[in-house]
Amino acid sequence: MASIQLKQITKTFDKHDVIKDLNLDIEDGKFTVLVGPSGCGKTTLLRMIAGLEVQTSGQIYVGGKDVSKVAPGQRGIAMVFQNYAIYPTMSVRENIEFGLKNNKVPKAERTELVEGIAETVGLSDYLDRKPSTLSGGQRQRVALARAMVKKPAVFLMDEPLSNLDAKLRVQMRIELIELHKKLGTTFVYVTHDQVEAMSMADKIVLMNKGEIQQEAPPEVMYHTPSNAFTAQFIGVPPMNISAMSDGFSFGFRPESASLSKEKLLGAFAAHGRIVTREMLGSETIYQLKTEHGSFMIKSIDDSFRVDDEVHIAVKQDKLHFFDARQKRIAPSEPAYEQSLDLLRGRRYG
Amino acid sequence: MDKHRFMKAVLPYLLVFPAMFGIAVFVIYPVLYLGYLSFYKYNLMNPAKSKFVGLENYAAIFARDDFYKSLFNTAVYTFGTVVLTLAISLAIAVWLKRSTKLNAFVQAGIFTPHIVSIVSISLVWLWMMEPNLGFLNFALKSLGLPTSQWLQSSDTALLSVIIVSVWQGIGYYVLIIVAALQGISPSIYEAASLDNASNWKVFYKITLPMISPQLFFILIIMTIGSFKVFDTVRMMTNGGPNNATNTIVYYIYQNRTTNIGYASATGMVLMAIIGILTFVYFRMLAKKVHYQ
Repeated sequence: MASIQLKQITKTFDKHDVIKDLNLDIEDGKFTVLVGPSGCGKTTLLRMIAGLEVQTSGQIYVGGKDVSKVAPGQRGIAMVFQNYAIYPTMSVRENIEFGLKNNKVPKAERTELVEGIAETVGLSDYLDRKPSTLSGGQRQRVALARAMVKKPAVFLMDEPLSNLDAKLRVQMRIELIELHKKLGTTFVYVTHDQVEAMSMADKIVLMNKGEIQQEAPPEVMYHTPSNAFTAQFIGVPPMNISAMSDGFSFGFRPESASLSKEKLLGAFAAHGRIVTREMLGSETIYQLKTEHGSFMIKSIDDSFRVDDEVHIAVKQDKLHFFDARQKRIAPSEPAYEQSLDLLRGRRYG
Repeated sequence: MDKHRFMKAVLPYLLVFPAMFGIAVFVIYPVLYLGYLSFYKYNLMNPAKSKFVGLENYAAIFARDDFYKSLFNTAVYTFGTVVLTLAISLAIAVWLKRSTKLNAFVQAGIFTPHIVSIVSISLVWLWMMEPNLGFLNFALKSLGLPTSQWLQSSDTALLSVIIVSVWQGIGYYVLIIVAALQGISPSIYEAASLDNASNWKVFYKITLPMISPQLFFILIIMTIGSFKVFDTVRMMTNGGPNNATNTIVYYIYQNRTTNIGYASATGMVLMAIIGILTFVYFRMLAKKVHYQ
């Protein structure tokens, strides 16, 4: 087990800074998810921790030890790749024990380890099969087993579930959470899918354009996003954000608004027409056109139809305000009252 | 309705007919005719006087020393050419694997001999290998190294022919192997580096098995091609000196006018040898080849 520290990491591709002066502490034993839109540098960051990519400047510490110049195979880490990167010419057994062989683990111990891990991930019957005869989910397990068998201090995963179908993905998500609980090892998981991040992470690290936007546990990130980008990246549908004057803006989550045919009262209230309706089962998502722009509203009431005229209202504690630099204004800040006034002025003006 | 069913039954045969016709005329007929000739003492001046002799030609082949000599030469030539070409091509391909501008240039350079006629290449090498005035001995001498008689001595003639064939062939095989190497997913190498694998182990356990289909293909194609070597021998040595470079096909060629039946029988024997060799390859190696 080990913590990871990244200090002043910069990575340059073709004279273009992908990541600049990034600092990050990844806690020992925690499930940390790096999430962000494609091209945000999350995979590059993970590959630098693995040693597959060399940082242009800065240091990486694993378990307090500077590994900046240590070869990937000697950093005490294991990685699960997006395409699994299973050795296609080797049997499942050979795949799993390749790392052990290279580390000169004696044969008896090797066999015991491989068979134990195969049991854990449910591959015991497939040890002598070639990967090409396995299904996508089974290959995923081979990749996991290959990583686990080395008993690494850190597990790195690069979008490991993106090649699975939706059902299997949900199942593997739960299995990975259980696996993390059982192993208690540091997990660093990269994904572009905020649902994966929310459901699995102890801590989410949200990145955009090579910079960390926010580091926080899922519920903190959801309820108190540090800026407009975070607010809109996390949550489906994203937070409704609408501009006010002076570059300020306000926002609310789709499920925070109440919806009715009658006029409603709230810190923010508006009326408009339903443009689209998506019935998802337990809830229904309406797109509403109002004079302040269009809003997504999530409701458990599915009785409204397209073209209905409706009213919405949001309570004050469900409203978020963002300043001209897109940063969220906390209720304790003086600018918060000012924002509320702006919103009221707009309503009555 | 009947007409429709008739068409349905006949159409497939109609469609494969052009190809089948070509194969029958240009492959099956010549092979059968070769077999037919091999049973005759054929008279070129007056075919009517040709005489059926049964297996006499075959008996003669296996009783003559010069056949064994040319068979041995062919085997040595094949072994030398295949091993050297495979080893050198593989080494160069691994070196040229990364696609940079310089590598593309080098690759084009290595490939160039392949587009030049083997006759021209043989002539140029013939001059370069000339012991007194040739470039190779001049180069060796200026480097203070011992010179060679090259094609003029029965000790070195076969090796000289092998060198020319290898030199001409590697560009093509480098191309095939480079393509195979570039087809290997880089993440497999990354996984191996995380598995702490040494360079040698990566090459032996990952690279080689991954390109085994291409290597196996090259092995088969080259063995067959080398067994049928003719043009370099014809241009550079005419089988000499003292039959040191006489190969089976050249041996057949030497008998083409004097004894057609005997030459045909030798051709049949050559075909059988290549067939057996290919079969043995498949038996021995097919399981080691990894197909995706």
